[in-house]
Amino acid sequence: MSADQFLQYLISGLTIGSIYALVGLGFTIIYAVTRIINFAQGEFVMLGGMLSFYLISAAGIPLGPALILSVLIAAAIGAIMYLLAIRTARKASVVSLIIITIGAAVFIRGIVGVGWGVDAVRPPYFTGYKSISFLGAYIHPQDLWIIGTTLVVVVLLHLFLSYTMVGKALKACAISPVAAGMVGINPRAMALIAFALAAAIGGIGGVVMAPSIGIDFNDGFKLGLMGFVAASIGGFKSPIATVIGGLTLGIVVSLAVGVDWGPFTSAYKDAIAMTVLLLILLIRSGRLAAEERES
Amino acid sequence: MQKYLKWSVMLVLVVALISLVPMGCAQETVIEEGDTYKVGAVFDLTGPTSNLGIPEEYTVDMMVDQINDNGGINGHPLEVIVYDTEGDNDKCALMTTRLIEQDEVLAIIGPTRSGTSLHILDTVTTAEIPLVSCAANIGIVTPVGERYWIFKTPQTDKEAITEIYTYLQSANVSNIALITDTSGFGAGGRDVLIADAADYGLTIVDDQTFDNDDTSMQSQLTHIGGTDAEAVVCWTTDKDAATVALDMQTLQMEIPLYCSHGIANMDFITAAGDAANGVIFPAGKLLIVDDLPADDPQKDVLMQYRQDYEALYGEGTMSTFGGHAYDALSMVVIALAGLDEGITLSDARTAVRDGIEQTTDFVGISGVFTMSPTNHLGMEPGSLAMIEIVDGEWTWLK
Repeated sequence: MSADQFLQYLISGLTIGSIYALVGLGFTIIYAVTRIINFAQGEFVMLGGMLSFYLISAAGIPLGPALILSVLIAAAIGAIMYLLAIRTARKASVVSLIIITIGAAVFIRGIVGVGWGVDAVRPPYFTGYKSISFLGAYIHPQDLWIIGTTLVVVVLLHLFLSYTMVGKALKACAISPVAAGMVGINPRAMALIAFALAAAIGGIGGVVMAPSIGIDFNDGFKLGLMGFVAASIGGFKSPIATVIGGLTLGIVVSLAVGVDWGPFTSAYKDAIAMTVLLLILLIRSGRLAAEERES
Repeated sequence: MQKYLKWSVMLVLVVALISLVPMGCAQETVIEEGDTYKVGAVFDLTGPTSNLGIPEEYTVDMMVDQINDNGGINGHPLEVIVYDTEGDNDKCALMTTRLIEQDEVLAIIGPTRSGTSLHILDTVTTAEIPLVSCAANIGIVTPVGERYWIFKTPQTDKEAITEIYTYLQSANVSNIALITDTSGFGAGGRDVLIADAADYGLTIVDDQTFDNDDTSMQSQLTHIGGTDAEAVVCWTTDKDAATVALDMQTLQMEIPLYCSHGIANMDFITAAGDAANGVIFPAGKLLIVDDLPADDPQKDVLMQYRQDYEALYGEGTMSTFGGHAYDALSMVVIALAGLDEGITLSDARTAVRDGIEQTTDFVGISGVFTMSPTNHLGMEPGSLAMIEIVDGEWTWLK
């Protein structure tokens, strides 16, 4: 493998990893506040991408406003999903709520499939398609948008959680819902904010990645799965850990294709990625067990 | 005691009901003069390959109206019952059984994909009903001894690959790289691509795969870029082929991209945009019908089909996949026209099967067909054209 090629694998891996990270962030936020794994997270990404396409090409709204509107609609759908499906069943166990999110995912997928059809759509690129040369490797302008958006989102999210009242309240809920309730934080309001925020971030992911990957009504599941893996590697702990998890996964998948390991061709790339995930989880669970023994 | 009595009465009733069911069916349906001829169809109307299944359904709807407007088949109206497989093997098998047992159809056309077609072979063979598949894989009709009831209409991977390899050989290419998807279609194509390369003096210098709907193929293409491949051959359907074409453009790869006949629809050009230009693939002559010489045997049929189809569904909507359904239903209709009156359902199914096998010089959309007991595809050579996309249009490489 030449240096040029290595750099190219890294850049491609960063792009794939950013996509995983953007999906994974939503999992982390909702899990932290409610302990629910929201399997409809991938659907918000799909919705963001589909909405941006139809707002731009069918409704003729200019790119910028169309993107913002797509994200806002996705956030609203996230909030509605919480109010209709999760809040009404709040007495149920967390496992039941997780199953409800799977139901919501199937519902959203079905509505989009019936309403907009099943064909893949590609909204226009934000800034053209001429790839940029960088030290012998190439990067697509849209991929720069994807990577850049991921970094901006995670920084803003970190600042929001650390320095605003609402953000701190969310964090408090994540640490201890009971204690947060005692100091006057309403956990249900926080859960609503978490769902809307996660859906908005999913929507942002959808609008930036759709021009690059093309999106159809069925894509939410697979994207959601990879986002879930990214969040798992990050331990569902913090946005920054999730992004590191996503980028690690992306780079591992990309390099797994590039490195010639005898009989292991690109057919094994996902198997290699999953092995890395298992190793990380094993090491972490060992460490957790050790921590528990000490305390 | 009372409770046991109740249960045993129930049990006797249930047993009696179950044993009555086969007796009710013993009286086999007889098709009388003027009865509707029912044909079944299983297509992927939703799911990942719905863009193939929908033109098939549209074509069938159009043909049924045309035939019935002209008085049906020997005075019998034609009805085609179409079910959606959702691209799923089990759903497809379920719908096939429903067509055979509940709807009592005379023959079945479809399924759309190779995977679903291979999945229902046993079902139709056991039920003794003719099936005309609209999918590519050669295994659907071979070995022909075990495929007594099965026919198919599209070109196989083998014919498409022969066309590409012949073209590459004439262009003096010797090193090629493969990039294929891991689905039934991609994996089937990959097997033939690897097996046949040497016959055309080609060396496969790289062999990359990806999963359907992967977000990026850049890593695989970077790997190919590190070899001395002079051409990339990609075996997949339109959405993923578009990703490959777009990623090759991003990586500024100069070598040409050859694709399968799976990209023979406008969706590929729409999705890949500028990156579609220069892509070369084999496809049925439907795409370049305007350029065909007047003495081409298929010219008139192709022109008529395109005119009828686009009059109903809009300019630029026709695809070769609808053509597969046209060929399948046409051959079934020809066989139905030879049926006697007043025969039982099972005799009629046998007669339709025999009729399809006797198809001779049928000029269809995908090619000219002559079936025989040893050949259940029956397509005569020269049915494919090599096509290059130039400025977003299909151009014939004569």
